[in-house]
Amino acid sequence: MGRQAMNLLEMDRIGHSFFGRTVLAGISLAIEPGQIVALVGPSGSGKSTLAHIAAGLVPPREGRITRRYARHAMVFQEPRLLPWATAAGNIGFPLRLTRAPRRDRAGMIRTAALRAGLLAEDLTKYPSELSGGMRQRAAIARALVTEPDFIYFDEPFTALDIALKRRMQDLVIEAAAKARFAALFITHDLSEAIRISHRILVLDPHGQGIAGERQLPGAPGSRDDQTVFTLRQHCLNDDPLFAHIDDIDERLRP
Amino acid sequence: MSLAACLDRLARLGRFLWSAWAGLAGLCLIAALWQAGHEAYGDFVLTAPLDTIAAAARLLRDGTAQELLALTTRRALTGFALCAVAGTLAGVAAGYSPATLRLSRPVLTLLLGVPPIAWIVLAMIWFGPSDTTVAAVILISSTPVVFVGAVEGVVTRDRGLDDMARVFGAGPLRRFLFVSARQISAQLFPALILALGSAFKVAIMAELLANAGGIGGALARARAMLDIAEALAWVILAVAALIVVEYVLIRPVRAELERWREAAAPWGVKR
Repeated sequence: MGRQAMNLLEMDRIGHSFFGRTVLAGISLAIEPGQIVALVGPSGSGKSTLAHIAAGLVPPREGRITRRYARHAMVFQEPRLLPWATAAGNIGFPLRLTRAPRRDRAGMIRTAALRAGLLAEDLTKYPSELSGGMRQRAAIARALVTEPDFIYFDEPFTALDIALKRRMQDLVIEAAAKARFAALFITHDLSEAIRISHRILVLDPHGQGIAGERQLPGAPGSRDDQTVFTLRQHCLNDDPLFAHIDDIDERLRP
Repeated sequence: MSLAACLDRLARLGRFLWSAWAGLAGLCLIAALWQAGHEAYGDFVLTAPLDTIAAAARLLRDGTAQELLALTTRRALTGFALCAVAGTLAGVAAGYSPATLRLSRPVLTLLLGVPPIAWIVLAMIWFGPSDTTVAAVILISSTPVVFVGAVEGVVTRDRGLDDMARVFGAGPLRRFLFVSARQISAQLFPALILALGSAFKVAIMAELLANAGGIGGALARARAMLDIAEALAWVILAVAALIVVEYVLIRPVRAELERWREAAAPWGVKR
C-alpha cells in the first residue's frame, strides 16, 4: 500500500476490442493527485478509447479500474455544447446534475467562465453565436465548474489553429496550477504533451500496452518555447520510444 | 424574470406579429385568384370571397356556428391529444429499441396504406355516429406521422451529447430529460403540426360521412341544399379554427423551445 493508495486513477491490464478486433491490450497506468499525465501515440492507436474507458463511458473488456477521485470531468475533442442552452446554461449543466444549490450557481459559473477566459457578455450567447475557440473555452469552463479533482482531456485542441491552441494550453496549465486537479491528457501532438504535462506516456502503436514513459523536467508552466523545442527534438531524434509516433498510416490498420 | 428577458420576449412577440403582414399578403393573393374564378364562372359555382365572408359572419352571428365549431374543435383536439400521446410514447420507445422499430415498420406501412375513408366506415360500424368514431379515426390516421417524427428525433439525436452528460454524472432518466428530450422535440413539432391539421380534416370528413353533426354535418346540409356560399363559409370557419388552435396551442411552445434556433439564424433572415 502506501504510495500505491495515493493514486487517483489506476488502470490494471485493461483490454478492449471492437467487433472481435483487439484495439487495446494489457494497458496499466497510474496517476497521482495534482499530476498531469499526457498520453501520446499515433492516430488510430486507441488513445481516445482508453480515455473513454477510464472515464467510464466505455466498459473495458478486461482489466480493472480503480478511481479514487471525488469527481471527474471531461473536455472532448468537439465542444459538445447543448445548442439550445446559452453559454451560462452549458457551463452550469454539471451543476444541475450535481444538484448544487441554485443561488450559488451563478457565482460558480462566472468563476469558471473567467478562468477559461470567457467574458460576462458571452455568457448569454448561444453556442451558434460563439466562435470555435469560444466554444472550446465554454467546454473547458464546464469541466472546471464543479471543481473536479480529475479531468480527462480527449484531444481537446486538435481542431483549433496553432495560436488558439497555445492560448488554450496556457489556460489549462494555469487552471491546473490554481485548481490542483490531476488530468489524463490525450494528444498526438508531442509539443503539446511536453508543454502541458508532468509525465508523458507513450502508447504502443498497436495498442499493446504502454510502450514506455518519460518524466519531464520542471513544472508544466515553467518550460519556455526553446526548452519545449529542444525536448521535442531530443525525443524525436534520440529517443527510440518516440520513433513511431508520427509515422503511422491509419489506413494500413486492419 | 429580469427586465432584459422581458424585453427580449416582447421583441420576439412584436417581430412575430409584424410577420403577419406577409401572411396577410399571401391570403390576399388567394382571395384575388378566388375573385377571378368567381368572375369567370359566376355565383353558382364559386361565390365571391366577400360574399362568402359575409355568409361566414352571418353564421357566426346566428349563434349556431359557435356551437358546431366548438364541437368539431373538441373532437379534433381529443383525437389529436390521443394521437400525440400515443405516437410520441410509441415513437420514443421504438427509437430506443431497434427491434421494436423493425417490427413496427410494416405495421406503419399497413396503417398508412389504408385510406382514412376506410377507417371511417369501420369506425362507424363499430362505434356508431359518435365522438368516439371521430376520435378513433383521427387516432389511427394521424398517429403514424407523430410516431415517425418521434423515431426520427431519437435516431438522429447527437450521441456525443449523451456521452457528455454521462461523464458529468447523469443517469439514463436525466440524460433523457435534459439532453434527448429537447432533440426529439425538434423533430416532433413539425410532425405534431401536420397531425393537428390532419386531425381537423379527418374530423370534418368523419362527421360528414357518419352524419355526426359538427362542421361536417353542416357541410352535408349545405351540399344537400346546393348552398355554395354556406359551404364555402363553413370551409373558411374550419380553416380559421385550425389556424387559431395551431397558433394558440403549438406555435408558442415551439417558439419557446426553439429560441436558440432564432439566435442561430443570420441577421437578414431574423427580421
